[in-house]
Amino acid sequence: MNKLELQKTANEVRKGIVTSVHSAKAGHPGGSLSAADIFTYLYFEEMNIDPAEPKKADRDRFVLSKGHTAPGLYSTLAQRGYFPVEDLKTLRHTGSYLQGHPDMKHIPGVDMSSGSLGQGISAAVGMAISAKLSGDDYRVYTLLGDGEIQEGQVWEASMLAGFRKLDNLVVIVDNNNLQIDGPISEVNSPYPIDKKFEAFNFHVITIDGNDFDQIDAAFKEARETKGMPTAIIARTVKGKGVSFMENQVGWHGAAPNDEQYAVAMADLEKVGEALCQM
Amino acid sequence: MSDVKKIATRESYGNALVELGKEHEDVVVLDADLAAATKTGVFKKAFPERHIDCGIAECNMIGVAAGIATTGKVPFASSFAMFAAGRAFEQVRNSVGYPKLNVKIGATHAGISVGEDGATHQCNEDIALMRTIPGMVVINPSDDIEAKAAVKAAYEHQGPVYMRFGRLAVPVINDNEDYKFELGKGVVLREGKDVTIIASGLPVSNCLEAAEKLAKDGIEAKVINIHTIKPLDEELVIAAAKETGKVVTVEEHSVIGGLGSAVCDVLSENAPTKVLKIGINDVFGESGPAVELVKKYGLDADSIYTKVKAFV
Repeated sequence: MNKLELQKTANEVRKGIVTSVHSAKAGHPGGSLSAADIFTYLYFEEMNIDPAEPKKADRDRFVLSKGHTAPGLYSTLAQRGYFPVEDLKTLRHTGSYLQGHPDMKHIPGVDMSSGSLGQGISAAVGMAISAKLSGDDYRVYTLLGDGEIQEGQVWEASMLAGFRKLDNLVVIVDNNNLQIDGPISEVNSPYPIDKKFEAFNFHVITIDGNDFDQIDAAFKEARETKGMPTAIIARTVKGKGVSFMENQVGWHGAAPNDEQYAVAMADLEKVGEALCQM
Repeated sequence: MSDVKKIATRESYGNALVELGKEHEDVVVLDADLAAATKTGVFKKAFPERHIDCGIAECNMIGVAAGIATTGKVPFASSFAMFAAGRAFEQVRNSVGYPKLNVKIGATHAGISVGEDGATHQCNEDIALMRTIPGMVVINPSDDIEAKAAVKAAYEHQGPVYMRFGRLAVPVINDNEDYKFELGKGVVLREGKDVTIIASGLPVSNCLEAAEKLAKDGIEAKVINIHTIKPLDEELVIAAAKETGKVVTVEEHSVIGGLGSAVCDVLSENAPTKVLKIGINDVFGESGPAVELVKKYGLDADSIYTKVKAFV
């Protein structure tokens, strides 16, 4: 996909995020919107996957370690054809397969159940180790929140990934700078994030995570990096694309009401129209 | 019983893993810097490339095992019960139990028979914790033969399994030709009409000894070995309770949430029976030689005999 197509797709992914969270009357739009470009790039450009065969043995794997941003993942999977976009409206509804956090048992395309922060990266490390053990060449991607890296388990997993030189693993940190209780730098600062991963023997790339040129360059660089895992520190805007949600901590885990939903969709329609003029 | 062959079930675990490793290429063993103690060291020696030492990071180890399981290999994650079931409880619940991944947890050094290391390392709560996870199979073998059979059965079972092993060498009691390990099935070791002793793990051999002493006093105790605590052999437990009218449970675990509780759960609904629970009575352990602690905490044959006699 070229950059424009990626941008258009990401905008559709954002619509799905807002729509699903609005329908659920609960969920996490902020961190889903900030990571929408990363999700889109992974599933439409980077990963070797086949929506018709979600469990294909040699597929690349993705673990959403920051599992609360499931709306972002689900919307991307739906756009990619794993399940109907219409189903996004059943998010978090009783009986729906679209659980509040990723559920690998019931959702096509979900490679690992996650949601309890800090655990997904360990599973991703396990997948990468497994590939190395059997000489498989699939790659493993995992997306973490910048607040999530306060969890000690993240560093247990990173130590093992660096030590075992897992160059088939890419850890992406969605660095939108906000967690539930406020800016990460005010709650319990994990900065400097890049130096931490460097110290754990990662190749570190810092980018604007809402810029497809930089995203594209970073994943290409990760692919060429041998002998060590890559950490991409993606600086993003929480709530990206919805005017009243951008950089607002209150939209970490809140659903828009009907009026807010209309405004949000109008914002995204406007972006979509602008992209069509390009 | 000095002439009886004694082997710690953690040794059985390591040896069984080597056998499994020879037969199955998909077996991967993980440890957290305790390979020498959990006895996975023998597997490491035989299959170094399939032994992943995660260092002192049990929570991550469980997650790594979960990730490996998603790719179709069969990971055995090993540590002390305290850390595998205790420290990493939430990882076991959310990364293994919830997605029902094919992870086997080999937890050694369970119970007070850890001995000298004392209370911090004597896990008397692991069975209670693991039982509460939906879909988790919980096995607590009583001797070398059963432990090795349990490892094999765990491999063959599709889904998460928690296996509990001990540090102390225990008598081999299942060395009869017709011994057969069946997941979820209890084993009647002795028939009796006056009381049923249901035991699991380390104290099973002591219960047999206690039953012999009781017999001399004219009390015939039926002895059941429950190696699989979940799923529990409910049919056998209910039938035995109806048959003997009184039940005693014996375990090297807290009386809260373990075998005794599992038996009471079943009996209270199906065959209300008076039950005496022998185990660790809501206290922490302490340092001391394992054999002395087993006696001090009332799990030796004499203590079991005395308590059962008073109960009957």
